[in-house]
Amino acid sequence: MIDKVRADAADAVSGIEDGSTVMISGFGRAGQPVELIDALIELGPRDLTIVNNNAGNGDVGLARLLANRQVRKIICSFPRQVDSWVFDGLYRAGEIELELVPQGNLAERIRAAGAGIGAFFTPTGFGTPLAEGKETRNIDGTDYVLEYPIRADYALIGGFLADRLGNVVYRKTSRNFGPIMAAAAATSIVQVDEVVEVGALDPEAVVTPGIYVDRVVAVGERPWLEHGVFVGADDAEGHRGTDAGTVAATEGGAA
Amino acid sequence: MSLDRRALAARIAQDIPEGSYVNLGIGAPTLISDYLPEGAEIILHTENGMLGMGPQPKPGEIDPDLINAGKIPVTELPGAAYFHHADSFAMMRGGHLDFCVLGAFQVSQHGDLANWSTGEPGAIPAVGGAMDLAIGAKQVYVMTDLLTKKGESKLVAECGYPLTGVRCVTRVYTDRAVFDVTPEGFAVIETFDTTVDELSSLTGLTLVDRTSIPEEA
Repeated sequence: MIDKVRADAADAVSGIEDGSTVMISGFGRAGQPVELIDALIELGPRDLTIVNNNAGNGDVGLARLLANRQVRKIICSFPRQVDSWVFDGLYRAGEIELELVPQGNLAERIRAAGAGIGAFFTPTGFGTPLAEGKETRNIDGTDYVLEYPIRADYALIGGFLADRLGNVVYRKTSRNFGPIMAAAAATSIVQVDEVVEVGALDPEAVVTPGIYVDRVVAVGERPWLEHGVFVGADDAEGHRGTDAGTVAATEGGAA
Repeated sequence: MSLDRRALAARIAQDIPEGSYVNLGIGAPTLISDYLPEGAEIILHTENGMLGMGPQPKPGEIDPDLINAGKIPVTELPGAAYFHHADSFAMMRGGHLDFCVLGAFQVSQHGDLANWSTGEPGAIPAVGGAMDLAIGAKQVYVMTDLLTKKGESKLVAECGYPLTGVRCVTRVYTDRAVFDVTPEGFAVIETFDTTVDELSSLTGLTLVDRTSIPEEA
């Protein structure tokens, strides 16, 4: 019997070593596998190369991994954000290496790795500083830049539901880099709200087939859902009752 | 009167026909969505994997899994679709989007765009999806003030800032006038309480006057 389900997040990230390249899904906070990242912090490997669209938000998740000095290099498209103070500080102090990649090239380089493509010519970035030193070619009148795949030892992915075979569905725009990272890493680890029975996921709706997934862990329902029904949040971090004491009181009472 | 941000957004919205697939860049271009004709089926694309993006949610109804490229909570309209990042950027790069509207630091008379970095030493570089959008959409529109806060023209002979894309911009909407990028350089197609002569003097560029020629349908 195939069973990719791990007992908890610590079990799911076991074996990630110093010097590993780790892809982390998410666009800002959406789809960021916070429980897996917390487990990676707990596990403690250092000298990591991280692939993510951003470079952490606030003081949680990826930002906390950076603050814990476990990351040597980050490959991303958009490190500078209003709440990227952890990265900003490390970068200004020269304590983290940055490879800046246009977002579509980042996505396609990850996709190419999973699809077995050796390299590809893309028009994005031609004639800009981000293509300096790279091979170019004019094909049928258009200028292209040669870009190489980005592979990883591990991918940490924020899914929604999965089964023990590793089939995964996502939720809305939290899908973002998850499916392509799952294919691009030697070992792909997916956290989901819930692991469902085999057969419970509509085969027509499976987004990441289990062949790409090695480990699955259930971390519990996201706070803006209740028994699968959307109940909403008061901010983009998923808090409720942040500006309404009554909501907090009601939740406290129910607990 | 020159146009303020909202009036300019409304002006750009007039040029986006029903049935278009459109990506509105982070910042001021996002305002355009407020002025698209009511009921017109114009499908908004967001780089983080969605077509059919709707307005911001009501208080208390924020879904942290449903955000736009600026990481602001949004909603989904009936008929929306989600897809992963490589598909999202294939839509751009593959020429499937009809329009994108971007901000700019500089646009050259050849249509070169600089909008991601001022190249200042010590600044943290961030590019996001700007380079993909710039080369991908069928029509690449820029929305910007004509002049910087220091009074320098953002329309230039050659960009001094690091480029986002080469010969990619098709039209520039500014607070003072609308310019098409043509093989002869910038052509003024509409002015807002100014003249082509004054625009030439502000930009220091030789401009083609097309203000009297009706726009192509």
